[in-house]
Amino acid sequence: MERMPKWADVVLTPLISLVLAFAISAVVILAIGESPVEALKVMVEGALFSSYGWGFTLYYTTNFIFTGLAVMVAYHAGLFNIGGEGQAAMGGLGVALMLLFVPWPHWALALPGAMIGAAAFGALWALIPAWLQAKRGSHIVITTIMFNFIAAALLNYVLVNLLRPVGKMDPATANFPEPTHLPSISDLLLSLGIEWGKNTPVNVTFFIALAACLLVWLLIWRTRLGYEIRAFGKSEPGAVYAGISPTRITVIAMLISGGLAGLMAINNVMGEAERLVLNSVEGAGFIGIAVALMGRNHPFGVLLAAFLFGFLYQGGGELALWTSIPRELIVVIQALVILFTGALDNMVRMPLERLFMALRRKKEA
Amino acid sequence: MDFPTIIQILDSAVRLMTPLLLACLAGLYSERAGVFDIGLEGKMLMAAFTAASVAYATGSAWLGLCAGIAGSLALSLIHGMSSITFRGNQLISGVAINFLASGLTVLLGQKIFGLGGRTPSLEGAARFNEITLPFADALRPVPVIGPIYADLISGHSVLVYLAFAFVPLTWWVLYRTRFGLRLRAVGENPASVDTAGVSVTRLRYAAVGICGVLCGIAGAYLATGISAGFVKEMSAGRGYIALAALIFAKWRPWSALFATFLFGLLEALANRYPNLDLGIITVPSMFMSALPYILTVIILAGFVGRAIPPRAGGEPYVKER
Repeated sequence: MERMPKWADVVLTPLISLVLAFAISAVVILAIGESPVEALKVMVEGALFSSYGWGFTLYYTTNFIFTGLAVMVAYHAGLFNIGGEGQAAMGGLGVALMLLFVPWPHWALALPGAMIGAAAFGALWALIPAWLQAKRGSHIVITTIMFNFIAAALLNYVLVNLLRPVGKMDPATANFPEPTHLPSISDLLLSLGIEWGKNTPVNVTFFIALAACLLVWLLIWRTRLGYEIRAFGKSEPGAVYAGISPTRITVIAMLISGGLAGLMAINNVMGEAERLVLNSVEGAGFIGIAVALMGRNHPFGVLLAAFLFGFLYQGGGELALWTSIPRELIVVIQALVILFTGALDNMVRMPLERLFMALRRKKEA
Repeated sequence: MDFPTIIQILDSAVRLMTPLLLACLAGLYSERAGVFDIGLEGKMLMAAFTAASVAYATGSAWLGLCAGIAGSLALSLIHGMSSITFRGNQLISGVAINFLASGLTVLLGQKIFGLGGRTPSLEGAARFNEITLPFADALRPVPVIGPIYADLISGHSVLVYLAFAFVPLTWWVLYRTRFGLRLRAVGENPASVDTAGVSVTRLRYAAVGICGVLCGIAGAYLATGISAGFVKEMSAGRGYIALAALIFAKWRPWSALFATFLFGLLEALANRYPNLDLGIITVPSMFMSALPYILTVIILAGFVGRAIPPRAGGEPYVKER
């Protein structure tokens, strides 16, 4: 027997969790002597009231869609991939190698090439933890955490000792060649005669991210592989009984997950920075966890959650600029969202279930 | 490498391993009771902040220590609530705690001190100063033993000795007391503990609480012992290295001592020799800093002595069926 109607499970529970998370965020803002209403106003104005704000909001949204989808795909297979940060960083290395060492004539050709590089490096970085989990039983959460640190050290080495141009001090690659620069959406619109979002980093990768949402939805709910991934995630013994190989699903799900995280590099490395710098991911891999949890592990939910975090990120920047609230407020909000929608889910769910059960009993009586 | 250099490196290793050891033992209690804790990092960070703030305000390192423990315990309570009472995902809760600490410390630090997340530098009694053990100066001229005693064993803050004392204490508690037996049992097979009429919930909360206290001491040592004040993100991944050490030590107290010493030594070496020249190849410092993580992955994969976690780890206990 269903304890709750479906709408309560899918919409009401996460909504209440979110409201709780934001209510506590408001209390935090009050505690540091600022007004939550004022803060929200600054954020909305900074992120949504100008095409400039939208340009940045959508740029961050693109990052979080990729990392959110990455966490989501692994989650459906019952795997908690905390390694999005490292996988996205390695994706950046893949992009940099592709763009620096292949003479691309045009960005439209460079883009698929860079995507292959990004996805391959991200997937490779997820493959080792996946294989170790499937074959050697080492816990994927711990290995992916360790791989985040190993990726950071590796990139540090590569940037300082191998890819840094001669005579430069900062640990970063040379700028990518001119033909590989992705057109920003403001450039595209300008060529159509529309002035929108001048000097904002949102670029064509945004459309790739939207396509990725659709593809992931098709994969998870409309293909045989997706069914196997979900079956494995729900019950491993059940999946084994149905002839699904745990090793195969673990490895494939993590390859897809790592590939998606790696693809984020198209946006931040190829699209925005146009060179690979140290710590290019800036925590987006971790935000993916919050995005996937908040999006209830559904691509459409991920899209909405990624947009919310894009807004928070851009709005948070504005807050730091115009008020005395530091950027770190966003980290607190992110933590509260993860806590309430992820770990404390039952705190909201249990009373709700009891409430609906009581209502039903009343109706039957 | 001459003898005084070796002593210096070992001395630095002892300083660097102390927070790792405390956090590692903290994780040991929690995980042996079946509650995974990847929030060690956040708890240490929070403790470092509260310890430094209170030590600055009161001028007393001891009050700072108490505040550090309180700060860490507050996060432990959140972890306990989500993973024991509400049977949530322990890993997700840990991730949330890490972010919470990382954000709140800067937010509050900026509000209170206005220094961009730092606390003002601590001096005098607001820090745990180095204590010289008796006869250290008298023994120094004695060859070999003198420098070892005077420079390596003596001259640390009291928290370092406390951390080392926790190793035999933890061993004793875990393997020689009734509480320890139950704690280990609740991590392997909570149903059996429940059948014996002992509360699983209470045991796990106790373990998570001890974990909070130890992380609190670790954080206080970071901010008021090894350095003079809190700096943004000052735990710098130590909580994760402690987690790695815990796996490396296979969830055992004496092994934890050796594992954290090894990782402390690696850090000390990387600090002293940014590029370690081994004759044939030069080892870059990045490799040294990544080595704890690489070693953990190898150990976890079971290529060198398999590490098997407590069986009920990570699973919330549901009483009724």
